Amino acid sequence: MTQNRAALIFAWALLAPAIIYVLVIVAWPLIETFRLSFTDASLRKTTNYVGWRNYLKIFDRDFLEIIIRTFTWTFFSVLLKMLIGTFGAVLLNCAVPGRHVFRILTMPPWIVPMAIGIFMWGWMYNGQFGMISGLLQRFGIVDGPVAFLAYGNTAYWSTIVTDVWIGVPMVTIYFLAAIQSIPRDLYEAAWTDGASRWMRFRRITLPLMGPAVITMSMLSLISTFNSFDIIWILTQGGPSGSTTTMIIDTYATAIGSKKYGEGAARAVVICIFLSLFCIAYFRMTRKLATAEKT
Amino acid sequence: MALKLFKKDQTRAMIDRYSWAELIGIYVGIALFLFFMLAPFIEGFLVSLKPLAQLFSSPYSFLPENGSFEAYRTMWVSVPSFGRYIFNSLLISTIATIIVLILVVPAAYAFARFKFKGMAMVLAAFLAVSMFSGAVLLIPLFRLMRTLGLLNTYFAMIVPGAAFLIPSAIWLLRTYMMRIPIELNEAAYMDGASQFYTFRRVILPIARPGIIVVAIMTFIGAYAQQFIFALTFNSKTEFMPLPVGLFAYFGKQEVIWNELMAASFVGIAPAMVIIFFLQRYLVGGLTAGAIKQ
Repeated sequence: MTQNRAALIFAWALLAPAIIYVLVIVAWPLIETFRLSFTDASLRKTTNYVGWRNYLKIFDRDFLEIIIRTFTWTFFSVLLKMLIGTFGAVLLNCAVPGRHVFRILTMPPWIVPMAIGIFMWGWMYNGQFGMISGLLQRFGIVDGPVAFLAYGNTAYWSTIVTDVWIGVPMVTIYFLAAIQSIPRDLYEAAWTDGASRWMRFRRITLPLMGPAVITMSMLSLISTFNSFDIIWILTQGGPSGSTTTMIIDTYATAIGSKKYGEGAARAVVICIFLSLFCIAYFRMTRKLATAEKT
Repeated sequence: MALKLFKKDQTRAMIDRYSWAELIGIYVGIALFLFFMLAPFIEGFLVSLKPLAQLFSSPYSFLPENGSFEAYRTMWVSVPSFGRYIFNSLLISTIATIIVLILVVPAAYAFARFKFKGMAMVLAAFLAVSMFSGAVLLIPLFRLMRTLGLLNTYFAMIVPGAAFLIPSAIWLLRTYMMRIPIELNEAAYMDGASQFYTFRRVILPIARPGIIVVAIMTFIGAYAQQFIFALTFNSKTEFMPLPVGLFAYFGKQEVIWNELMAASFVGIAPAMVIIFFLQRYLVGGLTAGAIKQ
């Protein structure tokens, strides 16, 4: 068929602009990051290849600590997003008056500019004047003011809470859609058989939400791993490195200290982890798709 | 509206009847959930009403005493260019959205309608792009922007930002376009229409609602995520978008918190207007791409 050939050319012509744009803005910089990671690039005019030196330099105890911290930080954040997202989705799915308004009210954290939400949290975490410390003191849970961002441990959890807050609306709305796509007959059949509400939730809602939970936790894992704005605005990785994740560390090295070569090596390590997540995600979605067909 | 909801509830199946205890449980749960989602906004709003002296006083008081909207007036005085920051944010988001649409509409159509060797790979590659954040690629992007002479211009914030908005826009629009019946293409072909004519005159008009959803989602994404590129690629005050411009309220000595919060609320007003008028599209847009795939 001659039409086929024309269609082939037409299809690729449609794709070409988007492909070229992404090649220039994403793919080329990605390759460039790999190249730079083997150089001593900095603000100086000359750049030399230094082999694996950058990698040997960064792999010390501090960097391993940063990697572990990134993973635990990401893990707790994703876990909380999934739990709170499920909690919210199940409640918002209840046929109670006002649910449409409640659904709209979950969306602001996701939709307002991230930096603004983060500023508001910054104030809430303030020890002297912030809401959390103020209310905790009012109810007598703590004795004096707690400056949440001033101590390593509390800063770590504070940044997680803010990250969860920004991530939950999307998870909730997504889970809500997943719950609503479950056939109603199942619930009616179970109800006729005398299954309690809790039973219906345990045996119908939760298992059938499974694929959505897996998909969302993978997507959430990737975006949380990349989280930058929250930590940078709240703590800039401090106090004394307690909230320094790999992204923050890379930014501080590359843009803060202008050590481009070393920063690039750190970015490459992030890219390796992201690629692994990516492959896992594609595998998982393909498995889910074939499971659905059978 | 309340009346309508009530009637609908009455006619619902018995399965949706809740006992009083269950109803209370549900509302308490929703209240807790929404409190977590909205607490920063409530606190932020109360802060914007308090005079600065009251803010920095102990013990903590939740409600403002003799609160006023004074900060909403003085914020324009303390940071005269605040209006400019909002304008910059809107401008950057608008241009980014236009670029994304120009690139994405044809690409999404190609992915939705044509099945040629290699296209699945290209689609996967696009999706992979969305998983690398700009933060990882900052160094080469910085050098690229410098080479292109875009540093400290609007385009330093628009061009990289748009690239990371492309994948999800393609995904969303492709899903929408796959629902357009292929018979339309066949009929156009029978009538002797060229591929381009079919795309331009048959597909585009039908896909318009989907394109609008993608435009809204892209605009919100562009409006919400202008931080890292603006922080790194632009140092000119006159080009700063809102998220970076807000740092102007961080003085040398102390932060003018009440004005910062007032400014934040003025800054998020556009996004809020969008939520309330277009929330139906938003929910659809957010979930359309993923659930069925």
